[in-house]
Amino acid sequence: MPTFDPANIFMWAYKFLGWWLTSLGLAPEFVLFVQLFAAIGMLATVVLLIPIFTIWLERKIAGRFQDRLGPNRTGPYGLLQSFADVLKLLTKEDITPHKADKWIFNLSPLFGVLSIITVWAVIPWASTMVGADINVGVLYLLGISGLGTIAIMMGGWSSNNKFALLGAFRAVAQLVAYEVPMIITLLIPVMLSGSMSLQSIVKAQGQMWFIVLAPFAGVLFFITSIAEIGRAPFDLLEAESEIATGYNIEYTGMKFGVWMLQEFSHAFAVGPLFATFFLGGWQGPYATEIPVLGIVYFMLKSFFGYFMIIWVRSTLPRIRIDHLMSLNWKFFVPVSLLALIVTALVDKAMSEFAPGTGVAGRAIVLFTANVLLVISVIIGIRNAAHAVRVKEEGDDHAEHGDAADSHDDHSAHPAPAH
Amino acid sequence: MSITLPQIIFLVVAIGTLFTGVMVVVARNLVHAALWLILSFFGVAVVFAMLEAGFIAVVQVTLYIGAIAILIIFAMMLTRKVMNDTEPQTNSQWVLSLVVAAAAFIGLAGLLNATAWSPLQAVSLEGSVAQLGRALVEPNQYVLPFEVASVLLIIALIGAVAIASEKN
Repeated sequence: MPTFDPANIFMWAYKFLGWWLTSLGLAPEFVLFVQLFAAIGMLATVVLLIPIFTIWLERKIAGRFQDRLGPNRTGPYGLLQSFADVLKLLTKEDITPHKADKWIFNLSPLFGVLSIITVWAVIPWASTMVGADINVGVLYLLGISGLGTIAIMMGGWSSNNKFALLGAFRAVAQLVAYEVPMIITLLIPVMLSGSMSLQSIVKAQGQMWFIVLAPFAGVLFFITSIAEIGRAPFDLLEAESEIATGYNIEYTGMKFGVWMLQEFSHAFAVGPLFATFFLGGWQGPYATEIPVLGIVYFMLKSFFGYFMIIWVRSTLPRIRIDHLMSLNWKFFVPVSLLALIVTALVDKAMSEFAPGTGVAGRAIVLFTANVLLVISVIIGIRNAAHAVRVKEEGDDHAEHGDAADSHDDHSAHPAPAH
Repeated sequence: MSITLPQIIFLVVAIGTLFTGVMVVVARNLVHAALWLILSFFGVAVVFAMLEAGFIAVVQVTLYIGAIAILIIFAMMLTRKVMNDTEPQTNSQWVLSLVVAAAAFIGLAGLLNATAWSPLQAVSLEGSVAQLGRALVEPNQYVLPFEVASVLLIIALIGAVAIASEKN
């Protein structure tokens, strides 16, 4: 019987299950199968239960940002609001549109939620707790977001509604576009830690978090992740005033509830991803000796990331679709490539010419490089905006000149006699 | 010879992939065929994962499902008459094509049967991704095909933008 280890309680429970099943006489392969099944079930359940809390949190915090209280009637402090919402959605009529593709219509919300739950398979919760420590974790995240894109596309198409289809097209365009700078900025933690496995990236931040080594990349990753989840200011995809709420217009009742679950779970998944890549994941004082403490640090950091998402949502107005796309292709992609090149050059130059620099020296050099990069990007934007403004003023002068000429013509000709 | 769990899993995955492959061709609705294709890509990715090629499995999901399948779906949806496809599924040459397909199947099956398969040697997987990365940029390995492929992609990208941009 494995010795009880309170500091590593989930691992102990896993081993205990294995020991108990083996003592019942099961073959070792099937014991492993049941162990993994139980672990996956628990992880998926936790991932699906977290949105119940975060929906309440979001509504409360968004309410406070807007100088109001948020839900406070259902239960103490409005804590039962999520349950009330789910009950309401369950009692609504479940309509499938006429001539809609039944199978795909019913399956696409499930694929949406599936793509979110499977993201949590690679996120490390503690030093000994990670779902699957695959050595291509970052690439896996990219593949899974492609799956979410297909779910949205299918949801929009199967509704047999042209507006839903148009909304789905726009959603897929935005999601696919913003994947590019997101992955480019994700390459920077991969470079700094030397591995694509998320557990190795977190372990490499034991001395210094990557937000200090690559703050610009962190901010870029955060912004493009907000665009990926379809949150304000990029929430064209689901706003009621835009294209009649887009791809989920024909979904009623609990199917709509599942789309909303997908959206809130995805929004909460950005916090942990940002914490894993840039804020040091489960790293903290005594996190390696007491793994359960790692979970606490990880949750604190992810809720901080989630709070920032709500903050940004309550602050900024919505961006139009063409501004959004030109922002991505004309600003984010070149700037993230620049950040990648600068980080690669500086890091490699340091390891070639000054191999003995400690953690603090490396941090100072990379941080300075990032600051210089930000300054040059701001100067570049200012020059570009200045050029656009000069061109527009030139056009205005030309227009006024034409108007002056036409005034002269009117004054030259005598007024026609009535 | 008792059947082991990996063999059961492989059988299930293989039969599933074959079934979805057949459904791609047989499905009446084109969009359904695209979705069955996505499922068959998944099956292939699972087979890659079972062969311990994790990187290729994830790249399969990313590229085939996340890019190529989306491209196929977009191409189908941007053309008209996808929703009401009432053409018959076979044309008048179905007997001849059946004969050719059967002959190809028998030939391939015979070839596979006649080969002496030897078990794959297990390769150490430590740093396999790093090895792949190094192989792509080493001067005496694959850097030239890598650069040529990237030039080809840039050409395709510029060509697509040039075709799509409307010049009066």
